[in-house]
Amino acid sequence: MHYSIRVNDTARQVDAEPDMPLLWVLRDLLDLKGTKFGCGKSFCGACTVHLNGAPTRSCVTPISAVGSAAITTIEGIVASPTGRAVQQAWLDVDVVQCGYCQAGQIMSASALLAKTPKPTDADIDQAMAGNICRCATYLRIRKAIKQAAGVSTADSRDKTL
Amino acid sequence: MRRAADEAPVESRRAFLRASVLAGGGLLLEVSLPGALRAASQNAGENAARSAAALNAYVQIAGDGIVTITAKNPEIGQGIKTMLPMLIAEELDVDWANVRIEQALSNPALYGRQFAGGSRATPMHWEPMRRVGAAGRQMLVTAAAQTWAVPASECATQSGTVIHTPTKRTLGYGALAAKAAALPAPDLDRVALKDPKDFKIIGKSHAGVDSPLVVTGKPLFGIDVAVPGMLYAVFVKSPVFGGTVSRANVDAIKTLPGIRDAFVVRGGQVFDGLTDGVAIVATNWWLANKARDKLEVVWDEGATAAQSSDGFAKRALELSAQAPTLKVLHDGNVDAALAGSAKVLEAAYQYPFIAHATLEPQNCTAHVKDGKVEIWAPTQNPDPGRKIVAKALGIDEANITIHLIRCGGGFGRRLMNDYMAEAAWISKQVGAPVKLLWNREDDIQHDFYRPAGFHFFKAGLDAHGKVTAFRDHFVTFGDGDKFANSAALSAEEFPARFVPNVELGASLMPLGIPTGPLRAPRSNALGFVFQSFIDEMAHAAGKDPLQFRLDLLGERRVFDGPTGPLGPEPGFDSGRMIDVLALVREKAGWGRRPVPAGTGMGVAFYYSHLGYFAEVVQATVAQGRLTVDKVWVVGDVGSQIINPTGAENQVQGAALDGIGEALGQAITLTNGRVAQGNFNDFLLLRMNQAPPVEVHFLVSNHAPTGLGEPALPPVVPALCNAIFAATGVRIRTLPIDPKLLS
Repeated sequence: MHYSIRVNDTARQVDAEPDMPLLWVLRDLLDLKGTKFGCGKSFCGACTVHLNGAPTRSCVTPISAVGSAAITTIEGIVASPTGRAVQQAWLDVDVVQCGYCQAGQIMSASALLAKTPKPTDADIDQAMAGNICRCATYLRIRKAIKQAAGVSTADSRDKTL
Repeated sequence: MRRAADEAPVESRRAFLRASVLAGGGLLLEVSLPGALRAASQNAGENAARSAAALNAYVQIAGDGIVTITAKNPEIGQGIKTMLPMLIAEELDVDWANVRIEQALSNPALYGRQFAGGSRATPMHWEPMRRVGAAGRQMLVTAAAQTWAVPASECATQSGTVIHTPTKRTLGYGALAAKAAALPAPDLDRVALKDPKDFKIIGKSHAGVDSPLVVTGKPLFGIDVAVPGMLYAVFVKSPVFGGTVSRANVDAIKTLPGIRDAFVVRGGQVFDGLTDGVAIVATNWWLANKARDKLEVVWDEGATAAQSSDGFAKRALELSAQAPTLKVLHDGNVDAALAGSAKVLEAAYQYPFIAHATLEPQNCTAHVKDGKVEIWAPTQNPDPGRKIVAKALGIDEANITIHLIRCGGGFGRRLMNDYMAEAAWISKQVGAPVKLLWNREDDIQHDFYRPAGFHFFKAGLDAHGKVTAFRDHFVTFGDGDKFANSAALSAEEFPARFVPNVELGASLMPLGIPTGPLRAPRSNALGFVFQSFIDEMAHAAGKDPLQFRLDLLGERRVFDGPTGPLGPEPGFDSGRMIDVLALVREKAGWGRRPVPAGTGMGVAFYYSHLGYFAEVVQATVAQGRLTVDKVWVVGDVGSQIINPTGAENQVQGAALDGIGEALGQAITLTNGRVAQGNFNDFLLLRMNQAPPVEVHFLVSNHAPTGLGEPALPPVVPALCNAIFAATGVRIRTLPIDPKLLS
């Protein structure tokens, strides 16, 4: 099947079977390798992209379901001020260990901040619980999200301070 | 106390430096440090080679003053690509902003062993890398002094510039590089190193050098490798370990859309190599993986189909009633001491197999052409990979080029290179470059697992609560009297040597599935059982668990150490452990901070990978639900934290990794098959479960050591001990069963 999709504000044409997941369309057909494969079943969030701004697991999203939705990937998130702020906070906080999950983390975090500009720790837990970091950089992800949001980076969950 | 004499002698530490002129007039420093490392620590993989190795580091100084440092080791997320060049740049005395870092190819002839494991990078490179930088600096100073016709002693350096102090004249390194390259290279053993108080780079936080590429989604990882004309492959292995292909419907598979080839691969029985399976090759990976839906394979399952986790547990219990078949340590007379004890404790502990579950599934890209093989591999340990590819393909190792690609996690899994042999074989068969990618189920079901284990403890306390006798019958896996990989118990396991009567013995069960090192191998399991049972002893003795541990450690003493990769290694120093315990008591407010009902604090310590760690966990159980409130970590890894931001990240990650293992991770074997397959049944820690982790380093007067692993082992027992303090429920089986808490 032939599909016209919109990726990072650019029209792209692809020929793919209807059930081919968006993840593999992006990676293997469009050479956008920033979006990662982790589990193939929406358990880990490494493949998170935005569809019309909503965080979406591309590994279980068939190309036939994408339609005219605006797709944003890690390669295109720099175009949004929120995305840029999140990327910069990730560098300033030095979040990364192996880095494999971080594209998905940044996509989930950007979507959170677009909807909830001043998130609480509970907001962060809820928005980010679907993204696994095997290196467990969670404390720095939490801090970077708050830093990008311009809220206090103190951990409100810590009752011992 | 001294290890057996099977250790190889320590090679000469004499180092050699060669200087040459770069094209364009720069300086190239090539360093050989024969014997500065006998690579492959035991911890990098217990079966890893312990051969002599030479280390090479390359430093290039270009005419414009830009310094390019070659990062020789694989980057798996431990920050080594940032940290090792920091050591060189510090002593070279250049600005970090002018340093560029290039990843080396795998090349043992040039670089010696290149591996990421055992938390060994810091102790192996701390001094040699700084000497490389210092030698370069000395040559540049000499070149400047000759230019000015002044004594070198009148010259200083700062930020890539040589300064003639009396006249304030300056020359940049770039301008001096060509002249320096013509000078004789200094003796590395004699170059002067900086006083640590003058450090400008070491000890300051430097963010990961590749992080800008990570956050913008640039192709960096093995899975991102692209080669012109590349095809994509999956490799289907027997669900029962060691099974072979009886037949498969490969002809039907070949007719499916996009499929370029499908064939049976005949391999051997060595798991870290090429084993039997079915390869499916397609024009994109999704099509190759999808074709598995139609694949029908009849497997000859073999003997391992009779093995199950339940069976191991039953057999372990039977074996516990018999004497251990292996004597690990026999100090004093345990039976007599137990008979004379005021109180005797007995407890059985167990922990499961665990998978590594790197978030990037195993993968490798290979191109076999004209008798040569080019490989792009996310591997922690390329040298053994080259050997297994050479063996599988029957070609000379010299014809194999391996590119070291950033790994999406290692944790010990990528010390093994099975995927490398598979990719090379498939590429050879189809005559095209091939990217092999395992799916998540392949990855979880074909690992080299952290071995499960069973410990049957007995201990005696006297009327004052002092430990008089300690016994562990460890039932684990192995062949004959040889422990399975990463399943061993040593005669130095604490409290051995600290209690007068100790027996450590083992019984081994045959195992058909492969085991291997998982972050803090052995220690990640032994820390749990020993530090939990010590907690039981403390409570039985009516003592504060932290004070009980200090009392057990007793006087400050230093034991003889084994001979390791750097020569004789420091032995266990009880004083350093006493100090981290004392500091964690203070930092956590142990015994001083009131906690509500249902909340408890637990403590544990563990020595591994040359690092001393004591940790406190606070946990709450409310309505049967466990919350880990906070973790305090105190570590002593020597005199210098080289890159504080990276160090804290590693320690927090290790502590949270341990909590994840304790809360949810178990691989169970049913009829020779792994029952789990993805992150819905093999549970990794998530954001909402990750408590704050407060990290403190206790700076001591010892050479710096590594941080990838040693913070992990204590957190598991500290958590279980906190649960006991909160609820009175003693966790003796991992992962923690929530039903016990309701």
